[in-house]
Amino acid sequence: MAVITSCCVWQTGHSLQTSHLFFQTMTPDDTKPVNFTVKAPVYLQIGDTKADTAHSGVCVVDVNLPFGKPVNIEEVTFKNYYTAYVTVRLLRRNPEQEAPAKWCTALRDLPLMDNPHTERGSQDYYTIHRTQMQVEPDHVVCVRLILRQPSLAWLTFSLEDIKIFPHTEPDPEKEVSDWLSDLTLIDQHPDLEGLPDPQTVSSSIQQMWALTEVMQTNQTTASIGRFDVSETHSQPHLSCNECVHDGGDVMKFGR
Amino acid sequence: MDEGIELSLTIAQIIQRLRGSHLHSQIERQAKECLHQPDVKLESLKEDVRSFLKTSGWERKLQNAVYRELHIQLPPRHPPAPPEHLKEPLAYMRKAQASWEKRVLKSLNSMSTELGVPLAHMRPAAEQKELTNKWNEMGTDEPDLSRFRPVYAPKDFLEVLIGLRNPNHDSSEDISARSHWGLIQVPLNVRDIPHLREAYSELNLTSGQMGIDDHALIHPDLFENEYVQIGKKVVMEEDSAAAQQYSRQGCPTGLRADLWALILNATNQPQDVMHYEQLKAGVIQHNLLVDNLIYKDVKLTASNDDYYFVFEDFLYQVLLCFSRDTAVLEHFKYNSATPPKSYIQGKVGDEECAVVYPPNGVIPFHGFSMYVAPLCFLYNEPSKLYNVFREMYIRYFFRLHSISSHPSGILSLCLQFERLLQTHLPQLFYHLRQIGVQPLRLAFKWMVRAFSGYLSTDQLLLLWDRILGYDSLEVVAVLAAAVFAFRAENLMEVTSLASAEAVLADLSTLKVMPLIQVFLFATAM
Repeated sequence: MAVITSCCVWQTGHSLQTSHLFFQTMTPDDTKPVNFTVKAPVYLQIGDTKADTAHSGVCVVDVNLPFGKPVNIEEVTFKNYYTAYVTVRLLRRNPEQEAPAKWCTALRDLPLMDNPHTERGSQDYYTIHRTQMQVEPDHVVCVRLILRQPSLAWLTFSLEDIKIFPHTEPDPEKEVSDWLSDLTLIDQHPDLEGLPDPQTVSSSIQQMWALTEVMQTNQTTASIGRFDVSETHSQPHLSCNECVHDGGDVMKFGR
Repeated sequence: MDEGIELSLTIAQIIQRLRGSHLHSQIERQAKECLHQPDVKLESLKEDVRSFLKTSGWERKLQNAVYRELHIQLPPRHPPAPPEHLKEPLAYMRKAQASWEKRVLKSLNSMSTELGVPLAHMRPAAEQKELTNKWNEMGTDEPDLSRFRPVYAPKDFLEVLIGLRNPNHDSSEDISARSHWGLIQVPLNVRDIPHLREAYSELNLTSGQMGIDDHALIHPDLFENEYVQIGKKVVMEEDSAAAQQYSRQGCPTGLRADLWALILNATNQPQDVMHYEQLKAGVIQHNLLVDNLIYKDVKLTASNDDYYFVFEDFLYQVLLCFSRDTAVLEHFKYNSATPPKSYIQGKVGDEECAVVYPPNGVIPFHGFSMYVAPLCFLYNEPSKLYNVFREMYIRYFFRLHSISSHPSGILSLCLQFERLLQTHLPQLFYHLRQIGVQPLRLAFKWMVRAFSGYLSTDQLLLLWDRILGYDSLEVVAVLAAAVFAFRAENLMEVTSLASAEAVLADLSTLKVMPLIQVFLFATAM
């Protein structure tokens, strides 16, 4: 059963080694998150819910994984919205045994906010990897996230954008060709986003080379226009060639 | 395991940034040339080349470059986080910053249309020639700037900060144990004196400080001589990290220029000089609307200041080039602000026809030139002065005029100032509120300029030593609170805003290090 706590107690550090930013580890980029349904978050109250208007400090979010398809979890990612601590509980059903599914705690009171009363960490992105969990998150049927926000400073708290990525077992048997293709995969890690593909860069450099060769043979005396700004327009605007706004290392064409 | 991944991502990012840089090619060239040396053997090639680079000082230069990258590096990007999250994690602050920027842009655009001055135009050839001749004495020019007004002043920005609210913050309880008497209503993490004592332990009463123990009446053998010797060694070693640590206790005047250049890794290499010359050529060719704003700002602030009016020409040379430097655009990755864009006529919205205006993305406001003015005391070579200023801007000064939750951001500094005052000088704060004075309104203008123009120059440079040494602007907020603590007796006697302002009008006689030291380490808890 979910735990009901009183609002003003908040724990300080805790024994499990955690840091505030967890990073996606060996999950290949094309792993799709598992489709699941999230039930509406339930905010717990002490006493009669109708009469009590105090803020709730505990919220339970149940994530039901697809029926009949238990998942081995690789990692759970989410975006925080003013939750101070999160506890992760898993309902696991062992497929071989006939025993009923059992709940267990994978992670208890992971601090998401340094200080529940202040902003740090309140809207950050987090990942919980299977290695950070205290139990093996295999054959999981349901994930229960228990959110705690003991501070009265906030109107509401929740987690957004919850995604669960399944664990893919690496193939034990490999052909040599598979190993070679795996090596090139490792070459691409860590994936630095925003950087151009080396193949396209080298081919475009080759094109530029060819162009400079052509230009050298066809020298022309025509002037090439540069930063040309019109003075006659009434609206403030700029028109330009791209070369002016580079970092400064590009060849400048003179007038 | 996560720390290992984090480390290798960080390393990969730094390598990516340094690869292809001038330092990289220089080191490669050195490595190739050292192959001619007799003590480099083929069997142990790797180790020999490495030890050569170490002894010849190139490894140290690489270390400094890596250290500099660490200062401005973004934390390794968590996969689902969009880039705007790295600029500023809190959504409502991003929104507030965006609407503030819109206001500023509107003001700039309306100024341009009202006055009929285009945002940018090419100078006629005669004007270009004249400017080239007068480059070193632009201050003698007296253009008609009466029609121009600054785009915004710090007090406008303060109003925006005061109005900032977190939509999820429960402010229904007016009076409570946590009630905050100040103007800033955003619950950011700010440090109180016990934490500050730990973090700023080198400013302890028991450690020697430049600014205290180098006083004329104290025998130099007690502290100063040895400290200067250590400083000379640090400069010789050319180690950025050591220089930063050293600077925490202050820099001796004679070594300060070299130490700051080391900390910021602003080496004046030929390519830096060339870059500066290119910017200068850009200034001569084109006239930007923001140039007039810069002229006006310098005339209004630095030229009127007893300490800085002599540097008027330098200020033009630095700031006009700064406006055209697109290398500054890089810092917008970690700045919550976004550079304003201008579109080719008729193609508004088409990103390919968008151009950043001004080219460096920074619109100067009233008092902007005061960020550069103190540096003129340290550097007289324009390209070196320019490099040091640019690095200081993209590390620290940009945080003083953008809305962000960063611990060194102006919002955190304001909140920290108010909290320190309320916690440790509650009577004073209460009294000031009774007479209708909010302390932040008095201290904001100091903090937004990092005290430039308010303190005497030697004291200001001692303060900026600590900003560099601790890589944080927190000490500015601490000093603001310490000034109030120092003048508390007088402030308790005032009965109006005007007299409170008069008490705090002149800070030029203050000694900053004793104030900070006493406030941090001698305040009763």
